[in-house]
Amino acid sequence: MINLNDISKAFNQGRPNEFWAVRGVSLDIEDNRVTVLRGPSGSGKTTLLSMIGCLSRPTSGRILLGERNLSGLPERFLTGIRRETFGFIFQRFNLIAGLTVLDNVMLPAYPLAPSHPELVQRATALLEQFGMAGKAASPVEWLSGGEAQRTAICRALINSPQILIADEPTANLDTRLSQEFMAIIGELKAAGRTVILTSHDPVVSEAPCVDRVVTLRDGQVQGG
Amino acid sequence: MQGSSPTARPPRPRRAGTLPLLLLGMGLLLFAATVLDAARRGNAADLAGPRGLVAELGLTDLALFTEARYTRHLSQADRHTAFQDHPLALDHFPSGSLVPPPQRLRRP
Amino acid sequence: MSHFLRRQRYLIDFTLASLGRRKGKNLGLLGVYTLIVFLLASVMLFSQALRQEAGLLLQEAPEVVVQRMVAGRHDLIPAAYLERIGTLRGVAAKYGRLWGYFYDPAVQANYTLMVPRTREIAGGEMIVGAGIARTRGLGPGDFLSFRSGGGSTFSFRVAAVLAADAELVSADLLLVNEADFRAFFGIETGMYTDIALEVRNPREVRKVAEKLSVLLPDTRPILREEILRTYDALFQWRQGIVFVLLTGSLLAFVIFAWDKASGLSAEEKREIGILKAIGWETADVIRMKFWEGALVSLGAFLLGYLAAYVHVFFADAALFAPVLKGWAVLYPQFRPQPFVDGLQVATLFFFTVFPYTVATVVPIWRAATTDPDAVMR
Repeated sequence: MINLNDISKAFNQGRPNEFWAVRGVSLDIEDNRVTVLRGPSGSGKTTLLSMIGCLSRPTSGRILLGERNLSGLPERFLTGIRRETFGFIFQRFNLIAGLTVLDNVMLPAYPLAPSHPELVQRATALLEQFGMAGKAASPVEWLSGGEAQRTAICRALINSPQILIADEPTANLDTRLSQEFMAIIGELKAAGRTVILTSHDPVVSEAPCVDRVVTLRDGQVQGG
Repeated sequence: MQGSSPTARPPRPRRAGTLPLLLLGMGLLLFAATVLDAARRGNAADLAGPRGLVAELGLTDLALFTEARYTRHLSQADRHTAFQDHPLALDHFPSGSLVPPPQRLRRP
Repeated sequence: MSHFLRRQRYLIDFTLASLGRRKGKNLGLLGVYTLIVFLLASVMLFSQALRQEAGLLLQEAPEVVVQRMVAGRHDLIPAAYLERIGTLRGVAAKYGRLWGYFYDPAVQANYTLMVPRTREIAGGEMIVGAGIARTRGLGPGDFLSFRSGGGSTFSFRVAAVLAADAELVSADLLLVNEADFRAFFGIETGMYTDIALEVRNPREVRKVAEKLSVLLPDTRPILREEILRTYDALFQWRQGIVFVLLTGSLLAFVIFAWDKASGLSAEEKREIGILKAIGWETADVIRMKFWEGALVSLGAFLLGYLAAYVHVFFADAALFAPVLKGWAVLYPQFRPQPFVDGLQVATLFFFTVFPYTVATVVPIWRAATTDPDAVMR
């Protein structure tokens, strides 16, 4: 359970170009649910998502992850929580070019330093699950959009995080691949994970597995 | 989801670090070998022959620079030897530009 | 394997996989880097080994050499001076030395003619250094003729060739007996080139030199410790000269390495953002970059040093021979005994490995501390 309490986020605070991307958002995100943050670009949904995922800190307000208050934690601990609790899927996949699919998938586990055979096995199992086993040794720049997306999902899952965060995951996919992606999200939910997405794509917000759609506009929650 | 896979273990992929680290380890071993080699071979006992000749003939210098009188026996040269052929001649041998006069001659 | 080591190993894997993406460029860098280390290490090892060898060999040189000065110039010394020295406390032996130079126009080389003190050489015979034997293609039994200063021609038969392992001190030596030497150069009996004294107790050498300057005011004593110091200084100076010459190339490399290591491309910055977003700590990113710098520079150091060791001690320092030779026709063929000075190697290590590693790590600092949410923007 993630609890957001009166969260605001300002950029360039104190300067003439000060800009409040999120203003006073309070929100509860329940475990084992698929939540979609919807809104036009500039509505603050990505900023909100990055704060939930411990990528950035709110300017004011409190974020509770279960019992823990994330807002007051120093950077090091925040990184630790991010690594163990969250898996990230980015809009442009953000795979590291030149490395193989397998290496990319294993990357988030490097700082945790599990034994190598075990890590390879874990990554291979994930790639098999998402039909990517045959591509494990290929460099990521050879992949099609859908394959890159699935690699990114495997990477997000390598540390078996409880919560999966996806920022505009379907922005670079066609309708068929987007539907495929949402089917995978449904499977992940069935396996007990919490998923939080941002999107303004109707394929995402209308997918059957989505439990809740939160609409944002100008940094504030509009309904849901 | 990602629990242990019942299938046979996949072949382990090659790690990028393996070969370079092995080579580096080899380099370190070879480095240690050079130190040992130097310690084993570099001693006075192996120079017994040349040392005997130096003692017998009363040699004072190395035969490294034979091109000029004042570079052949560096330690025996004096302030004027370099200019023996002409009082204004500049030092005209290549080694002369690399070999300074002995310390004791540079004292005022 | 402990957790710490496993973690470093993963970081090394990543950094090497990253380097592998631009294989040509990075191997080129390693090559240039190695070459620089190779040159520096070669000069260092060669100079050190020669210094060491000169020190060991010249330990056997006479403790004191007395030269006579006439009007400020080195002149022949009369045998009577031996008597004037008389019995000085601490002097175990004293003898006049006969040696001089001869320029051989046939091969345009300078020989050092010398009369050995103990070795018997028959009249009309000579013993030549291995360098002369090689240059003139001589073997025992061959004859060689020289035109003396007096205008007459002297013919000598080669009785023996000096051992090749002593070439560093004897390449240009030409030993003849006293009568032949005097006849050839026209030096009268009773004159020597200089006088050598043997002093057994090293603490008495200075005292002996002081007494000599009182006894024989027109001479100057040359002490063995001065000779040793001269050679010590010579190779240090020579090494310094080459290092100065190499500084230009070193600076060029520094510019190149700095540009390569410090100019973070936009792509690299983005990658660091990704790594941070997926859970790498700032420290992990810096460590990863540290390994890149450390591995590249350590690799170049080891490669360059090992190549230099082989070059100097197994390939006779072939690259330096032309520099040392100068215009000399007679150049000793010698292989210095390997000698490694720990402090020098440590200095070389410090000046090659450390700056590159720092140049790799420092610029990453700022990129690594950027907010991880940068990739989402």
